[in-house]
Amino acid sequence: MNRTRTLLLALTAGAGLALSACAPGSSGSGSGDASKAPSPETVKTDAAALGDVTLTVWDQEVRGGQAKQIETLNADFQKTYPNIKIKRVSRSFDDLVKTLRLALSGADAPDVVQANNTRSQMGEFVKAGQLVNLDPYAAAYGWDKRYPQSVRNVASYSPDGKTFGSGSLFGMPQVGEVVGIFSNAAKLKTLGINPPKTWAEFDAALATAKSKGEVPLVLGNLEKWPAGHVFGVVQGRFTKAEDIRTLGFGQSGGNWVTPENTKAARTLVDWVDKGYFSPGFNGLDYDPAWQGFTKGKGVFLIAGSWLQADLSAAMKSDVTFSLPPAPEAGGTPVTTGGTGLPFAITQKAKNKDAAAAYINFLTSPDAMKVLAENGNLPVVETAEQKAPDALGTDIFAAFGAVSKNDGLVPYLDWATPTMGDTLGARLQDLLAKKLTPEKALEALQKDYSEFTSK
Amino acid sequence: MEARARAHGPPGEPRRIGYLFVLPAFLVYAVFALYPLLKAVYLSLFEWDGLTVGTWAGLSNYREVLTDERLRASFTHALVLMLFFAVVPLFVGLLLAAILHRATVRGLGFFRTVVFLPQVVAMVVIAVAWRRIYAPDGSINAVLRSIGLESWTRGWLGEYAFALPAVGLIGTWFESGLVTVLLLAGMGRISRDLYEAARLDGAGAVREFFAVTLPSVRGEIAVALTLTVIAALKTFDLIYMTTSGGPGHTTTVPSYEVYRQAFELGQVGLACTIGVCLTVIIFAISFVITRVGDRGAD
Repeated sequence: MNRTRTLLLALTAGAGLALSACAPGSSGSGSGDASKAPSPETVKTDAAALGDVTLTVWDQEVRGGQAKQIETLNADFQKTYPNIKIKRVSRSFDDLVKTLRLALSGADAPDVVQANNTRSQMGEFVKAGQLVNLDPYAAAYGWDKRYPQSVRNVASYSPDGKTFGSGSLFGMPQVGEVVGIFSNAAKLKTLGINPPKTWAEFDAALATAKSKGEVPLVLGNLEKWPAGHVFGVVQGRFTKAEDIRTLGFGQSGGNWVTPENTKAARTLVDWVDKGYFSPGFNGLDYDPAWQGFTKGKGVFLIAGSWLQADLSAAMKSDVTFSLPPAPEAGGTPVTTGGTGLPFAITQKAKNKDAAAAYINFLTSPDAMKVLAENGNLPVVETAEQKAPDALGTDIFAAFGAVSKNDGLVPYLDWATPTMGDTLGARLQDLLAKKLTPEKALEALQKDYSEFTSK
Repeated sequence: MEARARAHGPPGEPRRIGYLFVLPAFLVYAVFALYPLLKAVYLSLFEWDGLTVGTWAGLSNYREVLTDERLRASFTHALVLMLFFAVVPLFVGLLLAAILHRATVRGLGFFRTVVFLPQVVAMVVIAVAWRRIYAPDGSINAVLRSIGLESWTRGWLGEYAFALPAVGLIGTWFESGLVTVLLLAGMGRISRDLYEAARLDGAGAVREFFAVTLPSVRGEIAVALTLTVIAALKTFDLIYMTTSGGPGHTTTVPSYEVYRQAFELGQVGLACTIGVCLTVIIFAISFVITRVGDRGAD
């Protein structure tokens, strides 16, 4: 009896292993073939002449103004090119991030997808040869002229997927993102604070707000990542933009443990010591935190342009947005920013020219206008668009200025696949004073150097 | 078809024919449980990102689980959560069940429902609700403030010393009802004669509990412990929704690490390894619990 059972178990185990007895992933995706990439001359840009095509598009433009712009643009595209049928599959951001990996390696892969810029998404797909190099299309359509280098960089990889921030273009974003300082204008007035223009003025404003019993700087950091944006802004006060870029893109040759970065980390700790942040910030949710800001709990909020619609709706003209002051060493403001999820063409797309034509349509000058009309922040030609409200005008101007002056630096958690977690956890440690600034930076350096030395 | 009596042998012979009856169920089990499990074991021996061809890694993933400080810590956290998910609810459940069972409470059904209610609510909803309760201006701090304990208020989920117990307490709240109802059912089966005999012998309420009630519900205790221990070890949604493993890494648990490694970092091999280790631990602990429970039943 017992022996039979053992035998059966062994047999099952054997069968199970036999069934899977090949290296995982060997029968999945085809690897990228650079020789197949078309040259700019062979790219067919006349979408009307491509015959009947169906494009399956996976996007995550599901919220408010995002949904409106993509619906408008899709409808326009269908009207302009009736021969190309768009089959749209819309998913939430979280859902897209989780399912894209499987979808791309499956047999029935979509043609156009929105892939997050990060190494764990776009980088991995490039490495696996699942995305099409867009350089020929960029030349054919003139994307490289309209999109500034700093914007194209955040969707660029080396063909092996190892280097981020340079190399070939693999995606085209529609919208921009910029982190800056939201101020409660009404509060500033009652406190008698002039909108700070320099870092020294900002420090003084924080101190004044604190002394008058206000929460100077709103922060809800339960989710771990919000403090990263605050740190990014403060880092721009001390560290040079190109140094931050090396670190943020995870390119080799950078160093976290520098006097400049240490100063930035110390500043955060100093703000904690002085009680500038929302009480209990490490246990406070991000959303309730900014919602509290709209209700007058706090004077400043360091956050991204993605809050524009919500903050503007709640606070009307009582809220303003500005770039962080220029670095203490002089120059123009440096701040964290980037783009929305870029649209990319999959290697399995049946008609890549049609896919490129669609992406070109989504990112055309007319599309930028549609984006702005629906309350999105257009990634290029920003300053020429009309913003939906006063806060939007601030943000459009800020993004236009910072991208023109080359002051945009990447999100720090883009550096390595593990950096999002390392940065979030270590900043929580730092703010809770479990780690000294030096030790926290060493932990970041360890993550960074382990990755870049590979 | 013609019914035909077998010529020889007692019923049920040959014994091996039994396997034929088990076969359909076994097939389903094999396809949906055994095969994935074995596949996971197999994948755990690879370095694989889920996209490109994996490379053979031997036992290096297992070595990493044992040596990586953070992964090891996640298992420790799961064991701490076990205290809150299984041990504390057991005591609470025993106490509540004993009281509800003994006292002729009016509306017993109502109380039973109330106690059991957390089990009916989805874990995600529970996590969101508790996140608000623990928030810096949430209800717990409001209560503390109202009784003059302003200095005790804090962002509970963001404090290094309190985050894990705070999450654990949600588990206690969640599991106590299940344990209580299970034990109540067990106690309902105990013959009244036993209590009468105990009372005639002069036993008080406490004595009665230890001499009659407790030994009789041994089986239910084993079941309750098995269920709650498994729930503790495989917690994912609660951590994901409340702390994301923070502050720092003080509340990560193995299943959260599986998710992180597989979906965020693309380390499918390592994720499988963590999963396999977790399975082995759950299996070992439930094995011990059922063994101990069974011995009592004999």
